[in-house]
Amino acid sequence: MSGQIITVQELYHCFKEVVAVDGISFDVKEGEIFSFLGPNGAGKSTAINVLTTLLPIQEGRATVAGYSVADDPQKVRESIGIVFQDVTLDRDMTCREILEFHGNLYRMPRQERKRRIDELLTLVQLENKQDVRTKHLSGGMKRRLEIARGLMTRPRVLFLDEPTIGLDPQTRMRMWEYIKDVNREGTTIFLTTHYMDEADQLSDRISIIDHGKIITTGRSFELKNALGEDLIYLETSDLAGTREVLSEMEMVKEITIKPRGISAMLNGDGTKVLPSIMETLATRRIRVNVVNVKKPSMDDVFVHYTGRELRDEGAERASSAVTRAGRR
Amino acid sequence: MHTGFFTIYRRDMIRFIRFKTLLISSLVQPALWMAFFGIAMSASFNRLTMEIPTLPGVPTVDYLTFMAAGVIAMTTLFTSLFGGITILFDKNWGLMREIFASPLPRTQIIFGIALSGMTKSFIQAGIIMAFALLIGADLFAGFTPAGTVFAILGILLFVGVFSLGFLFLSAAISISLESPEGLQGIITLLTMPIFFASNALYPINAFPPPLQAVSLANPLTYLVTGIRYFAIGNNFQAVGTQYTVTPSAIGFAFLFLAGFTLMMFGLAWWRFQKAVVT
Repeated sequence: MSGQIITVQELYHCFKEVVAVDGISFDVKEGEIFSFLGPNGAGKSTAINVLTTLLPIQEGRATVAGYSVADDPQKVRESIGIVFQDVTLDRDMTCREILEFHGNLYRMPRQERKRRIDELLTLVQLENKQDVRTKHLSGGMKRRLEIARGLMTRPRVLFLDEPTIGLDPQTRMRMWEYIKDVNREGTTIFLTTHYMDEADQLSDRISIIDHGKIITTGRSFELKNALGEDLIYLETSDLAGTREVLSEMEMVKEITIKPRGISAMLNGDGTKVLPSIMETLATRRIRVNVVNVKKPSMDDVFVHYTGRELRDEGAERASSAVTRAGRR
Repeated sequence: MHTGFFTIYRRDMIRFIRFKTLLISSLVQPALWMAFFGIAMSASFNRLTMEIPTLPGVPTVDYLTFMAAGVIAMTTLFTSLFGGITILFDKNWGLMREIFASPLPRTQIIFGIALSGMTKSFIQAGIIMAFALLIGADLFAGFTPAGTVFAILGILLFVGVFSLGFLFLSAAISISLESPEGLQGIITLLTMPIFFASNALYPINAFPPPLQAVSLANPLTYLVTGIRYFAIGNNFQAVGTQYTVTPSAIGFAFLFLAGFTLMMFGLAWWRFQKAVVT
């Protein structure tokens, strides 16, 4: 019975004049890990806030766990868990109290609550911090505690809004492993992220979202394959000449000018095409300084679909500058 | 019955006990009111009212005893009006999102906050009564032990209903506002007329008629009437005025407070249904 656990049709949400979610439709299958990948301000959190009943639905229809978000919000709330984008921990409560409180909100029986708290504290490695107030925890510990909290009630769908923001690489990996474990036990995961690697590593399917619209949806490899098989990157003494050479090659699908070099998406095996490219460049006396062949990453996928680089917070201006440079 | 309110209640009480400064100041402050304001005012009032001929056969109550009821009422008013501030902080720090996204019905949030505020008011009322007795107020004078217990329960009943009403109001304001400063402003605006247009510190029969009308529509007046009835008696004189309270007047006072509280609950319920927290 692996049906659709989330269905969304023509969802639209605006704040005054700002359109945050602009008519998106998608489904999430029961048991999968589904990601919204997009830059900050793409509308990911707004979509999550609507699906988790925190924001009223303005236009469109949505169901979560079989219940209408508009008509049956109470049932929706009972079926979901959420990890919010920014820290929402009471500074003056201890880790255990935070989890106790959460379990009580969902009316978990005492025994189960206690067992679950012990289990989760061990899992996120906070068992020896359980009586420490959250204000004394590091950023990573806080995040781990929040993820533990989101998992307390074994929800049918767990919403994770940027779950590993601000975590060190090791902790991120462990979080991913844990998210996968939870998923294997049957919880559907809906996550938003602006980290390519996160979407890539975790998700069964990814929707790329930008300016409130879904650009494309697919499995990670499908999205990448849509671009081509291999990506060649070159830094040469004559970029215009290189571009000419590349555009004449049959296997080259798409050429992108980067700040310092040029990259080409190929239809076939890059290692086989590369020698002939090098040869042609040599006959034209173009010196090659850097060469690189790789499989396209989710970054490349994002640039391909949105025409923009996906950057970390606060890099909005930088990324639009890159886009401008790319168009020249 | 849904017991979700207890989750909210417990958290708020944990915080109350944990913030030592908040805890101590809220316990000491009412005692300080009695100690300074009470003693200073009663010294002046007792001197001023010495000249007023007393009615024969009616027990006379000194000003300290008279105003003790007013201080209990005032403390309850302030504590209750500020009680909803937790909601505002929770909202601003994102903590309310966890609660709003949970299956907990919103009425339970209102109940939880209101009951913890009521508990605080009970504690404060207890402290004021104990301290008032310590500095010489004649509360429960001539009462039997059973009568005293009954009187204290009566006081707590009135304090409880009154505090719930203002806690609901405070919750309604808090969930609708964005900043604690705004709440502070509104509370200051509210407390002034409520406190001074009442019988908390002086009799209202000397007020000009419009002010008297205000004080008769003021829940604080009925709380003070109730406390004095239980703590002092149904027939006494103070500040040159005779106070007689019939059982039906006490019944009316209670119903007035209960009606006010129900209205405020309606207001809070409506504001919470409307509230969007993200």
